[in-house]
Amino acid sequence: MNAPTLIPDFVNRKSFIELDARARAQSLFDESTSKELVGPFDRIESPWLAKQGIAPQSDDGCIVIKGKIGGLSAVAIAFEGAFQGGSVGEVSGAKMTAALDLATEDSEAGKPTAAILLLETGGVRLQEANLGLAAVAEIISSALALRPHAPVITIVAGTVGCFGGMSLVAGLSSYTIMTREARLGLNGPEVIEQESGIDEFDASDRALIWAIHGGEQRVGMGLADVLVEDDAGKIAAAVRDCVHKGVPEKHRSEQVELYRARIAALDTSSQIDLATLRRQWADPQGGVR
Amino acid sequence: MNEQIGLRGRAWFKALTGSDTPNGGDPNSVLATTATIENQQSLFLCVVPDKSSRFPCVRDGQVGLEEAFTLATHVRTAIAEDRDKPREAKRPIIAIVDVKSQAYGRREETAGIFFAAAVAADAYASARMAGHPVISLIAGQAFSGGFLTHGYQANRILAFDDAGIVIHAMHKDAAARITRRPVAELEKLGHEIAPMSYDVRDYAKLGLLFKLLHADDPQHPTSNEVAEVRNSIQQAIADSRKGKLDLSNRWESDAAITMRKGTLAVRAALEAQWFNE
Repeated sequence: MNAPTLIPDFVNRKSFIELDARARAQSLFDESTSKELVGPFDRIESPWLAKQGIAPQSDDGCIVIKGKIGGLSAVAIAFEGAFQGGSVGEVSGAKMTAALDLATEDSEAGKPTAAILLLETGGVRLQEANLGLAAVAEIISSALALRPHAPVITIVAGTVGCFGGMSLVAGLSSYTIMTREARLGLNGPEVIEQESGIDEFDASDRALIWAIHGGEQRVGMGLADVLVEDDAGKIAAAVRDCVHKGVPEKHRSEQVELYRARIAALDTSSQIDLATLRRQWADPQGGVR
Repeated sequence: MNEQIGLRGRAWFKALTGSDTPNGGDPNSVLATTATIENQQSLFLCVVPDKSSRFPCVRDGQVGLEEAFTLATHVRTAIAEDRDKPREAKRPIIAIVDVKSQAYGRREETAGIFFAAAVAADAYASARMAGHPVISLIAGQAFSGGFLTHGYQANRILAFDDAGIVIHAMHKDAAARITRRPVAELEKLGHEIAPMSYDVRDYAKLGLLFKLLHADDPQHPTSNEVAEVRNSIQQAIADSRKGKLDLSNRWESDAAITMRKGTLAVRAALEAQWFNE
């Protein structure tokens, strides 16, 4: 046996999670087609953090890159989980809204432009509270305005996960791509334990957390679409697939009746069994049995 | 502040529509009915506490799975029924907001409350983009994911101006814990930094509101106060009908020009660089 075959693939893969937000976004584009917009040298920082003794960052933790993916126009907007937990502030939120609006403008003018949202975020930045919450409402609106023209693709890859208001943006996306390590939910475990008690949710139970919020369960139950390994090449390929598929016939978040019936069919007398739920919801067209 | 959540919402729903009973087939936590505002048939929606909800974590007026899907159903029905009408004939949708928060529960997370909330926000935004005037009347509390689910996609937002109104991303105690600050310091910061404030008058400075309203006792409005509020809703409807279908009024308002300089700077810079290739 020669040496290379002893080394499993995952050793040689290029991890996506280990990249920072800028490198993650760049890795999705066709070679030498991408360009960062309103980058750190434009120095548009949060006007609110310094007043509270917190060092701002000159890109406010949000990176916008425009270019081609699989030959088609696209813009990637990435939150940097390492800056303030990837939180949505006035500036980072406005970057995402504005990029979505410009993608819509181009799409309406006959140049469909997909948006790829890299969400590593705990939600609203509490130091900018109400402007963060307002920004999330605006992002939701602008993502919905783009969605009929070009796909909105969310990637949740890293261990920060996607929580809080931005989880709604994942919920209305055309496609959501997740790794096993990633989590997606409205409320994080600590918040639930704090608000509703340890009997409701034990935030130290990591197996439970990933069983509920983890990528495998979310894709398995049909609330996310593609489960990928933490491999930059595979994630880029998954994104290209979604860009090429284009706008789905009907978006998941428009299927009110199907999911209302599924909620009505839940037995809420005790906690919901995760495997059963996954089995029952797995069929995207499936009725409630 | 220690009033029970949802009482104001229910009081205003009743005052404006004459009813406060849930529809058959809906959970008791959602009120939905058609009533008139200045001769226009309008859809009114409100989330109220239901002490006997089969989901334990919504019983104090939180917005959970059933609430989100029920709201979305009513909004989508209105969109479908008015599909072929011209913009000026699309019925107004009035969201009366008095919500403590989203539901913090394991059942909710398991069954994807993030998605349920997205479904409701999608429905409201779709109504707005289809040309329905969508008006939020904040009668009590409007917190976080609860507000994103029910009310924050409106064309125009109205709120009362008293201490019982709280519009915020997080409850004071929790925000203090997470940002590692005493509550007193958080309150002081709120007076200096408008987006941090728990006072609706500071919220009004951000440029997100159409108008502040007043009632001496918002839980027991007088007939004059109800008439005033109706009049303000009518103004908001008229203003929506002639405005854009997106949310740009929120960052183009006079107040936003002073308070949201960061937003406006980003939008201008990104637009300039986007087209400069």
